Amino acid sequence: MNKKIIIHMSAKILRVEAVLLLIPAIVSLIYREAQSATAFFITAAIVAAISIPISLKKPQDTTMYAKEGLVIVALVWIIWSVFGALPFYISGEIPHFVDCLFETVSGFTTTGSTILTNVEVLSYGMLFWRSFTHWIGGMGVLIFVMAVIPLTSKHSIHLMRAEMPGPDVDKLVPKAKSMALILYGIYAVMTLILVVLLLLGDMPLFDSIIHAFGTAGTGGFSMKNASIGYYNSAYIDNVLAAAMLLFGVNFNVYFYIVMRRFGLIKKEEEVRVYFGIVLLSVLLITLSILPIYESAATALRYSFFQVTSVISTTGYATADYNTWPQIAKTVLLLLTAIGACAGSTAGGIKVSRIVILFRSVKLGIKKMIHPKAVGVVKMGGSALNAETVRGVLLYMIGYVMIFGAALLIVSFNQLDFETTFSSVLTCLGNVGPGFGAVGPASNFAALSNLSKVTLSFVMLFGRLEIFPLLMLFTPAIWKKKFV
Amino acid sequence: MKVIIVGDGRVGSTIAEQLAKEGHDIVVIDKDVDALKESANVNDVMCIEGNGALYAIQQQAGADTADLLIACTSSDELNMFCCYLAKKIGAKHTIARVRNPEYSQQIHLLKDDMGLSMAINPDFAAANEITRVLLFPSAEKVELFARGRVELVERTIKAGSLLIDLSLSELYRKFQIKILVCAVQRGSEVIIPDGNFVLQEGDRIHIAATHKEIEKFFKRLGNLKDKVKTVLIIGGGRIGYYLAHQLINIGMDIKIIEQNYDRCLELCEDLPKATIICGDGTDHDLLKEEGLAHFDAFVAVTGNDEGNMIMSLYASTNNVPTVVTKVNRATYADAIDKLGLSSVVSPKLVTASRIVSYVRAMHNSLSSGVETLYQLVGGRVEALEFSIKEKARYIGIPLKDLSFKKDALIACIVRGRETIIPGGNDSIQVGDSVVVVTAAEHRLYDLEDILQ
Repeated sequence: MNKKIIIHMSAKILRVEAVLLLIPAIVSLIYREAQSATAFFITAAIVAAISIPISLKKPQDTTMYAKEGLVIVALVWIIWSVFGALPFYISGEIPHFVDCLFETVSGFTTTGSTILTNVEVLSYGMLFWRSFTHWIGGMGVLIFVMAVIPLTSKHSIHLMRAEMPGPDVDKLVPKAKSMALILYGIYAVMTLILVVLLLLGDMPLFDSIIHAFGTAGTGGFSMKNASIGYYNSAYIDNVLAAAMLLFGVNFNVYFYIVMRRFGLIKKEEEVRVYFGIVLLSVLLITLSILPIYESAATALRYSFFQVTSVISTTGYATADYNTWPQIAKTVLLLLTAIGACAGSTAGGIKVSRIVILFRSVKLGIKKMIHPKAVGVVKMGGSALNAETVRGVLLYMIGYVMIFGAALLIVSFNQLDFETTFSSVLTCLGNVGPGFGAVGPASNFAALSNLSKVTLSFVMLFGRLEIFPLLMLFTPAIWKKKFV
Repeated sequence: MKVIIVGDGRVGSTIAEQLAKEGHDIVVIDKDVDALKESANVNDVMCIEGNGALYAIQQQAGADTADLLIACTSSDELNMFCCYLAKKIGAKHTIARVRNPEYSQQIHLLKDDMGLSMAINPDFAAANEITRVLLFPSAEKVELFARGRVELVERTIKAGSLLIDLSLSELYRKFQIKILVCAVQRGSEVIIPDGNFVLQEGDRIHIAATHKEIEKFFKRLGNLKDKVKTVLIIGGGRIGYYLAHQLINIGMDIKIIEQNYDRCLELCEDLPKATIICGDGTDHDLLKEEGLAHFDAFVAVTGNDEGNMIMSLYASTNNVPTVVTKVNRATYADAIDKLGLSSVVSPKLVTASRIVSYVRAMHNSLSSGVETLYQLVGGRVEALEFSIKEKARYIGIPLKDLSFKKDALIACIVRGRETIIPGGNDSIQVGDSVVVVTAAEHRLYDLEDILQ
């Protein structure tokens, strides 16, 4: 374990956060909020003072293997969250540090769960920072860093692989840096288009930016207590629903469109399944909530918005679905677990993993019927190698174990089962709202500090896909003799 | 530049590593997922799994917009086919590795039709390298510049040498011979020396000069080895064959020891002037019987690295003046250095460095242009030859008035028939060929780059 390179790289990456903190500071200045602007400047100064001296000392041995890459990614996410929480604390807008931390982790991991009972009292600067963390966290902190500053070119794929969601990460272009630039380029352009579309729907500029950030990162922080329901506009609902759906699609597809390589899009089987699941869920929920709403069109509008919001793991709400029939709630709960496509900004288990799991089970059954049968798990027309399939199974086991452990800790709150279960699931899937007391119309303020810290980690586990963070807690990694 | 490499074996991965470091966009294609994984983890390259000779795979790799496709799989036919296909799709240049001697003989017939820019034969390239060492046995390694008029030779300073404790400016004054020490390897350190640099025992020095001057210099040092007249080659594989062929043409007496009887018969047919012995080269009785101690040079080129090293050590202890060892795995280089085997040739590295220098020259064909590139000291120092085609700001200014970067020096200037080992008063003119020695991390693309 090359600890020096881990420290050096982490510090180098932390420097970028100091610069990023200046953006909400400028927003604060524009809205003449002296207090929040000071908070951002102080935090930026602290981050710079800590990171710059450490990052200047370059270690002699710069070799980095998969393990160092994974540890750096996990550490960076934790460090960024801790420092990102400081502005809320320094400005006093969120009094308890645990709450600040929860809010920031929820931001960076694009979960969108909040502990604030009244969001609307926050200053513009803080609202901007909260949503900006969504935007950065959505595509990835390290990928952002990779796009703006030159990291050591060797082994940089390890960093990318640990952060990009999905079972298998391949580069689409030879250089990691150009890959990062392309991803962020597509991401930024799509966000910009969304801002313009929201403006056309008569949403104010600041609100449009906040909600575009929340949607692009599939996060779900809003600046209104009633979330998107506040605007009560069919146009805004539909624009956001379509946007959430599209940000849940594997970014490879957009890359292929930009490069005009349409033939390769056909191979993205995952996207087809994703759209299939959405279509089916919308139908099912529309039928079940038809009696509640006056017309089929309204029911369709609410169900389309809620389905895309949950499957893309965004978590915006236009209706309190706690009051919907059980079948609608169960469908949404399943979507919470599944999530959207690999290689998108969404969280969850990912559609591709679900497909692989489903086909592995099918293959298993076939092998029970014909013990000598030979078969492979196929995806997008080509066979997956056994290592990838094993990785998916392992991920699933890790997922269930983390889920169980967190469920146990959160149960100390003495809340009902629906609340406890859905709060852990929604955090692990980076969705945001759950059911019961943590439903779309309420928040996580009622939980104990222990639960908040636990759920913060659960969110990180969900965003980094279990293993990088688990590795950080493996004692063997930190032993002196470990090489 | 966009470069596609088909075949992620030893040569492919070395080229990929080098070129990725230099900032080119590299796509590697191979059928073996494990090899690709290794490459993707270590280098900043994009990997595609599949058969590189398939249209769909090449299309996916972007062969239509590629500047160069390098095919270096283990199969000659596949390599040639890959290049042919890539050319049809739209790749600008192609390089194929062609090992089979029968194919490489006829490659010039096919080169144009197949759209090959270059066909490289690793065994032939390695044999060439060994021939050069044997041609000038006093040095451990020789590189030729300016169409062979300037040599860059490598030599270790042994105990008791006149050079010990001499600074370079003293050396030049004392010997009055036009040579230039351009790189010194001391332990694991590599130094591009200036005039105040003092030589020590055990230093490995790289000297640039004309052949005559170097011969004079070594004579003055009193240890000019006799010309090699007889060579014992262990291993009658492809390298052994090419080497024997080249050496016989020069007029040396060759004996080849080869284990495989059928191969021996083939060699007898192809190399009527050589003595072919069928036997085990690692058997020291056989070596003795064949008169190992009386040979001027010993070359171990079997397919077995360890065997080659052991045999070479044995030859060294039997006082064979010049010993050359072929080692495939470049990672052994450090250990071999310690063992005292100084002339080591790795076909993989030779091939890779030829291709890399071709890519560089291609990359620079529009500017002042690198003509040739040689990597010294395990790739840590580079010697580059530039031809000065047009006017630049350094033209006509005495070298002492130009300020050069640290770790870079001008080793020689070739002007027409004249070869100048430059002093402070010399200057560069249009039409010259200039050889520059520099630390590899500088990565020169233009002569301008060495000026501050």
